[in-house]
Amino acid sequence: MTATTTEVTAGEVQTIVAARRLRHTKTVFIGVGRPSTAALLARMVHNPELILVYESGTIGAKPFRIPLSIGDGELAETADSIVSVPEMFNYWIGAGRIDVAFLGAAQIDRHANLNSTVIGDYARPKTRLPGAGGAPEIAASCGEVIVIAPHAKRTFVEKLDFVTTVGHGDGPGARERLGFRGRGPTAVITDLGVLEPESASCELVLTQIHPGVEVDKVREETGWELRVAEDLKTTEPPTDEELAKLRELLDR
Amino acid sequence: MAELMPLPDAVAELVSDGDSVALEGFTHLIPFEAGHEIIRQGRRELELIRMTPDLLYDQMIGMGVVRRLVFSYGGNPGVGGLHRFRDAIENGWPRAVEIEEHSHAGMANRYAAGAAHMPCAIMRGYVGTDLMAHTTVAPITCPFTGETLTAVPALRPDVAVVHAQEADRDGNVQLWGIPGVQKEAVLAAQRSLVTVERIVDELELKPGGVVIPEWVITAVAQAPGGSRPSYSLGITDRDNDFYKFWDKMSRDREQFTEWMNENVLGKEASRT
Repeated sequence: MTATTTEVTAGEVQTIVAARRLRHTKTVFIGVGRPSTAALLARMVHNPELILVYESGTIGAKPFRIPLSIGDGELAETADSIVSVPEMFNYWIGAGRIDVAFLGAAQIDRHANLNSTVIGDYARPKTRLPGAGGAPEIAASCGEVIVIAPHAKRTFVEKLDFVTTVGHGDGPGARERLGFRGRGPTAVITDLGVLEPESASCELVLTQIHPGVEVDKVREETGWELRVAEDLKTTEPPTDEELAKLRELLDR
Repeated sequence: MAELMPLPDAVAELVSDGDSVALEGFTHLIPFEAGHEIIRQGRRELELIRMTPDLLYDQMIGMGVVRRLVFSYGGNPGVGGLHRFRDAIENGWPRAVEIEEHSHAGMANRYAAGAAHMPCAIMRGYVGTDLMAHTTVAPITCPFTGETLTAVPALRPDVAVVHAQEADRDGNVQLWGIPGVQKEAVLAAQRSLVTVERIVDELELKPGGVVIPEWVITAVAQAPGGSRPSYSLGITDRDNDFYKFWDKMSRDREQFTEWMNENVLGKEASRT
């Protein structure tokens, strides 16, 4: 087991940790990229009954390969049900029928609010990013949100350039005041560790660190004064099965 | 009542300079061929509406067709950003483009309101985000519960353009697979053009298929392969390699222009 784990990349650990979070989940909403890989891996290793929901309207998709887009043909061909976009957002996401949503972002702040709109000024942006997509309403209404992002100072910032998606707003009570029904972000999974909102302050603190990563490194890559949980855990290294299945999936 | 006509004639008749045009198709069934014909006919000053601009609007923006863009996600799905979209917003090349952006839920509800000929739709959304200050939405109180909700204005484009797998000779259209917001877009618009992979004698109804009756469609044009590099489920496959190629090629203005000259301006739509 040690032989394989030494070769594990940080990205593989991140995907495997995200997949583990779906052990007891019934329905997961996913975008493309690492979230999709993690959800497919969860179906292979932990939770074969996991229902994958993509915003293209495919409910219960069972792709063999990792899709490039959220609307690849294989998602439609393997879905239990395919619905229109208005139906997806109103009857399924908005109604709170999805347990967990995976989201990414270009910037995230200490209360897990997300920016995927612009870097710089809105009217004259330095970098124009794709924009909101489904994220604001997904984050408001799904049971909980798990953010997946690379851990870097330009991503984990003190202040967002633009609030695209509300996580925990300005802290405790913010979601209730805004009328959101989902619990919001419960974890941010990075290539260095896992951050979770502390219940009293809703501030993200480091609760788990991946094998071989130093706490100082995580602090260095975080744009605010990162606090570390007293009972900081070390991520259980990927098992041979997790790693083999992940690599098989990526090779398909 | 739908009229079957060649694609160039349909575009010439339905789309004028300055129109608001929604070319829809959510990843699936994107009407590339119709968009290319709009570029070839030199339309200008269009307001383009689309949830996910995708490569098609990247091309139309880069060719200077667009005055204003209404959208909710301007990315290359699974690949990255859209370079022509970015260049227009960041640097005004080849011209500045005014933007109005929404969330997917907002756009979907705006189309649904348009299809229903309602002035607005009511939803939960936008609150707490910076989008509120940069777009057209408004809070509204539910008269029954007192809950504060969000109203989004209906979309009523001059023209909707969508692609489908097939139509019959009367112009009744059937599409299947991911249905997106195509039916809503057609019903919301003043005029509509549907391009299809094939014309059949009789529609064979598919499970989960969406049928749009000919009497709500203005024109139907045959455009085999007309959704490439997107796809028409059961007939063509999504060309994922092209989406990756586009990411590299379209970064450079000259390479982009050359590619468009050769592959779009230098070609003609079929007149079948």
